Amino acid sequence: MDLILVNLIDGLVTGLLLFMLSAGLTLIFSMMGVLNFAHASFYMLGAYFAFQISLALGFWMGLLIAPLVVGVMGAGVERYGLRRVHQYGHVPELIFTFGLALLIEELVQFIWGKNQMPYEAPEILQFTAFAIAGNSIPAYKIFMIFISVAIFIGLLWVLTRTRVGMIIQAALTYPKTVEALGHNVPLIFMGVFGVGTALAGVAGVIAGPVLGTFPGMAFVLGSIVFVTIVIGGLGSLWGALVASLLIGWITTFSKAYNLRMEDLLTTLGFTKPEPIWDSPWRDLWSITSPQIADILPYILMVLILIFRPYGLFGKRDA
Amino acid sequence: MLKSITLGVATALTLSVSALAASADTIKIAFIDPLSGPFAGTGTNGLHQYEFAAEELVNKQGGVLDGDMFEIVAFDNKISPKESLIQLQVAIDQGIRYIAQGNSSGVANALTEAIDKHNRRNPDDKVLFLNYSAVDPALTNDKCNFWHFRFDANADIKMDALTDVIAEDDGIKKVYIIGQDYSFGKAVAAAAVRFIGEKRPDIEIVGNELHPIGKVKDFTPYSRKIVASEADAIITGNWGADMLGLGKSVLENGYDGPIFTYYAAADGITAAFGETGEGSLRLVAEGQINPPANDRAAAYYEAFKAKYPDGNISQARITNVIEMLARAIDEAGSATDVVKVAYALEDMEHESLWGGSIKMRAIDHQLIQDVHIHAHTDDGITFDYDNSGYGIKVENTVTMAAMDSETSCKMRRP
Repeated sequence: MDLILVNLIDGLVTGLLLFMLSAGLTLIFSMMGVLNFAHASFYMLGAYFAFQISLALGFWMGLLIAPLVVGVMGAGVERYGLRRVHQYGHVPELIFTFGLALLIEELVQFIWGKNQMPYEAPEILQFTAFAIAGNSIPAYKIFMIFISVAIFIGLLWVLTRTRVGMIIQAALTYPKTVEALGHNVPLIFMGVFGVGTALAGVAGVIAGPVLGTFPGMAFVLGSIVFVTIVIGGLGSLWGALVASLLIGWITTFSKAYNLRMEDLLTTLGFTKPEPIWDSPWRDLWSITSPQIADILPYILMVLILIFRPYGLFGKRDA
Repeated sequence: MLKSITLGVATALTLSVSALAASADTIKIAFIDPLSGPFAGTGTNGLHQYEFAAEELVNKQGGVLDGDMFEIVAFDNKISPKESLIQLQVAIDQGIRYIAQGNSSGVANALTEAIDKHNRRNPDDKVLFLNYSAVDPALTNDKCNFWHFRFDANADIKMDALTDVIAEDDGIKKVYIIGQDYSFGKAVAAAAVRFIGEKRPDIEIVGNELHPIGKVKDFTPYSRKIVASEADAIITGNWGADMLGLGKSVLENGYDGPIFTYYAAADGITAAFGETGEGSLRLVAEGQINPPANDRAAAYYEAFKAKYPDGNISQARITNVIEMLARAIDEAGSATDVVKVAYALEDMEHESLWGGSIKMRAIDHQLIQDVHIHAHTDDGITFDYDNSGYGIKVENTVTMAAMDSETSCKMRRP
């Protein structure tokens, strides 16, 4: 029972982190109809910038400045890169962002090298917030939860309660009309792209000390972010949140408990072939849940695509 | 297409080098290891250590034979066995007789087989394989051959030393074994179970788990299981980002016992662990860095740091490779007759630069040497890693580890 609570908290942290990445990605997609392959690379840049700034000015300045820098870079990429490629259609846009992802990874290796960076959580948060049956919950994790929840509420408020949000939402569906009303739609696009990448930057800043700051960090998270927005429904903020939490909890629980395929199959009424090492079904029978934990989200995605192609909260028909 | 270009460039590059070097007598050693891709950091660091050792320990001392100089020729294998075989052929075609490789036992297995085959088919230009890091026990057991020499202690020898330390600690009642899901991780787990069973049957193995290699984003769920199992010690063969991720995660989540590792140092890992790893991280390896065994070792390390301020001597054994090869060539009186050199290497006893005597066992070509258990600390560190103030310090030493261990090697000698 205690362990369930601990795992719920761990899954929540993983899920919220994933949410910060997928929120930006899903916003950008709903606006421009383009999947930004370089999204996780901006997450990596956030971590590296914050590390560099933290060396000189401390962690908190890093948390403040790094996402801004990443956001400005993102806006620049939209203004001078994507906007030019846009006229040639979606495929060149995809290829552009894909190339950008590779470029950023090489650039990071070129500047910071291939080793892990010693990026640490701030001194003030390096204590145990509380412990449940010997399992300590670091204060930094609580801090991560607060930051991501604050960002979600802020984002929701801006999008649904403010004038800016209304214009953005209108530009999503009727860009021509909004433009005719005198709003600068390209500027809105640039802003959304900038904010989306800045969100990825924030995720990088706060995940760097926990998950490690190294050149492969974008690659490790890259594909799972796409899975999240497909499950949640492309373009839906609520969908991104629910899917992120779902993935966080599924992977955490399947790693924390050794559920064995053998038990499942036996309960379903199958008999174990003996001797098992000669059986062609050996690999299936010997699977345990921690082994397949990281591919469960992909299985979930396939199921969603089959039974509900527009995702959990998606509106448009696929 | 790309591969043939790389091959062409590599050939052109090494051809130009050999054209330059043809005037003086040089003995070339091919260094086949990853110099690009995700493991480039480890490979490049190893290359620097080789170049420095050859320069400092052989060339500056007047070379071997009648003033012949050592030269390290680098080949990038991208840590792929297939690519390594291509590079091996390129090296052989250039007349190189000595092949040094270390990263990944997968590559070493491919190379040792290919070299064995090559030497049988081409008795006129045989080559030797100087394996300085690949620790799969099979290389000096079932898959051994006369041309392969291993200078690192293999995974079994290291585990034997680790479990000696664990066996002496009465506080350890429960052990958790966790590793990466591939041949090396499995070999470590099997050796741990076997040695603990022999030495301390009362120790309970509360977990024996493999996780996907290089794919785990967050080790927290694994740490929760480890903490919940109330383990007194953790054994892991993890390396790279997987080592750092696992170690940091268990320590953050309330584990405070020892973590026995193979590779939790250098290449950024020491700096990233910093204060967190103090008191918990243990590492089994040959080569004593702290405290320096003698003035010569200290002077050598200082000179290395002067040349590579950001580098680490993370593979001390490389100096043994260079020094023993130089002695063997001198003894054989020839650098081209590698059979003679190989016989000279067999049963060679040597005083290691890092202290202690070492011996190349003739029956399986496994170097027998002192194996140390190091602690990660900032106390009493003369030479730190990653310029972090932290480094590894020798805590326990097993002298001439596994000197009489059994081997299934049946070597055919020429």
